[in-house]
Amino acid sequence: MDLQKFFEMGGYAGYVWSAYGLTALVLIWNWWAARRSEAEAQTSAQRRSELSREPRS
Amino acid sequence: MKRTPIFEAARLVFQRDLTLAWRRWDEVTQPLIFYVVVTTMFPLATTPDLAQLRVISGGVVWVAALLSSLLALEALFRSDVEDGTTEQWVLSGQPLGWLLLSKVAAHWMLTGLPLVVMSPIVGTALGLPFNAWGTLVISLLLGTGTLSILGGIGAALTVGVRRGSVLLSLLVLPLAMPLLIFGARSVGMVMDGESPAGPLQLLAAIFFMALSLGPLAMSAAIRISVEN
Amino acid sequence: MWLWFHKLASPPHAYRLLGKMAPWFGWPALILILTATWWGLFKVPPDYQQGDAFRILYVHAPSAWMSMFTYVVMAVAAAVGLIWRIKLAHAASAACAPIGASFTFLALATGSIWGKPMWGTWWVWDARLTSELLLLFLYLGYMALRASFDEAQRADRASAVLAIVGVINVPIIHYSVQWWTTLHQPASVTKMGKPSIAAVMLVPLFLMIAGFQLYFGWAISRRLRGEILRRERNAGWLKEAS
Repeated sequence: MDLQKFFEMGGYAGYVWSAYGLTALVLIWNWWAARRSEAEAQTSAQRRSELSREPRS
Repeated sequence: MKRTPIFEAARLVFQRDLTLAWRRWDEVTQPLIFYVVVTTMFPLATTPDLAQLRVISGGVVWVAALLSSLLALEALFRSDVEDGTTEQWVLSGQPLGWLLLSKVAAHWMLTGLPLVVMSPIVGTALGLPFNAWGTLVISLLLGTGTLSILGGIGAALTVGVRRGSVLLSLLVLPLAMPLLIFGARSVGMVMDGESPAGPLQLLAAIFFMALSLGPLAMSAAIRISVEN
Repeated sequence: MWLWFHKLASPPHAYRLLGKMAPWFGWPALILILTATWWGLFKVPPDYQQGDAFRILYVHAPSAWMSMFTYVVMAVAAAVGLIWRIKLAHAASAACAPIGASFTFLALATGSIWGKPMWGTWWVWDARLTSELLLLFLYLGYMALRASFDEAQRADRASAVLAIVGVINVPIIHYSVQWWTTLHQPASVTKMGKPSIAAVMLVPLFLMIAGFQLYFGWAISRRLRGEILRRERNAGWLKEAS
């Protein structure tokens, strides 16, 4: 299949590419959000353990 | 100390709720008025032509009944949780599910049942033919009963939440969609001359399932909400 | 056996284990998804009925599958947490929700996009799409209920009850929506999900589903680690973590 036909998708280009594009977006969002959720939890957990290590005055 | 038999305890809860409602009967009529107001909105929003309204009459009556019931369900447990009655029930050693079910039953009698009684009148105003009355009433009896139980679960879960009424609707309405489908469509079928037996039987099956499993979920939810 | 189980439920152990497992899910997932995409877009010939538009199946069907799979996992984890009072199970349930909701959204969006060339409208009340829509409402309700509590324990247990009630309802919802759509036969009875297609055209479908499942494993591992950290107040083992 040549590149031209590949992009045109038999006339359905808009539909196919937007569907796959959305899929990519959702998968990327899941990747980003999962990592961010974990990172946020790590920093706040670190902060918590630092605070508990601080000597009480 | 002699322990009250469970039927006696349930009956006492039931009677208490009816008595309390009797003293504040405007709270009982409000959902009913809401019901009529909402159904009035549909002809105003679409057309006064009864022939056209007839097509959606079953659906509109059903949707309005569901929304009105939900409105009333939000406050189901609130006052009892606030004044500590629910805690007493949890500690009483009585099967919590039975007590809660009897409370839901009282609530249904005060809100759901009047809606069902009003429904043929409201339906007729939307062009519903007389031969559909029976199906409408039966489907709504089963539907509002099931909804009261589902709403009881939702109300028990959201009892401490501020502005919990929207959340309650959000939780309960998706679960109530099958009721709406079977109930409203049964009315549609009888208007088209078909037998509504199928969906009505399914509604009955769902109702009995809710009746048996609902109290379990409700008591779990109440315990979660009341524990500190 | 029970010892292993108990060890698994211990947060620090689970945290370490999930950290090690994640890449074993992640990389194969990436490879499978990319392979499935290439296969589905490039290698498979166009369908004689739907042309190239049917390729949307390769992202729509796996999303729909994952949306339902995730809900069941979420509900089972919630039940385990509620019955055996295992905090980790509640954490897993919480981690599932945003993943499942995003797959449900994707199933709806891709289904809608597919509908336009097939049926001429952006939205159609068919059984699959309507069920997915109701499933989305269930996810949103679950997340809304969780968010309405300040206390983690109450949020866990209340949403667990909701998830269990929801999962019992899902088959009822599916059946009722199915029944509802059969009442009025649409002019073109096009089965959106699985047209009768040759086996070779199913390969990218299975590859994609496998890829999505592994991806779910990766995402859950990472999110669950975050949930564990959020819920652990004992600073002792946290110091060694990360």
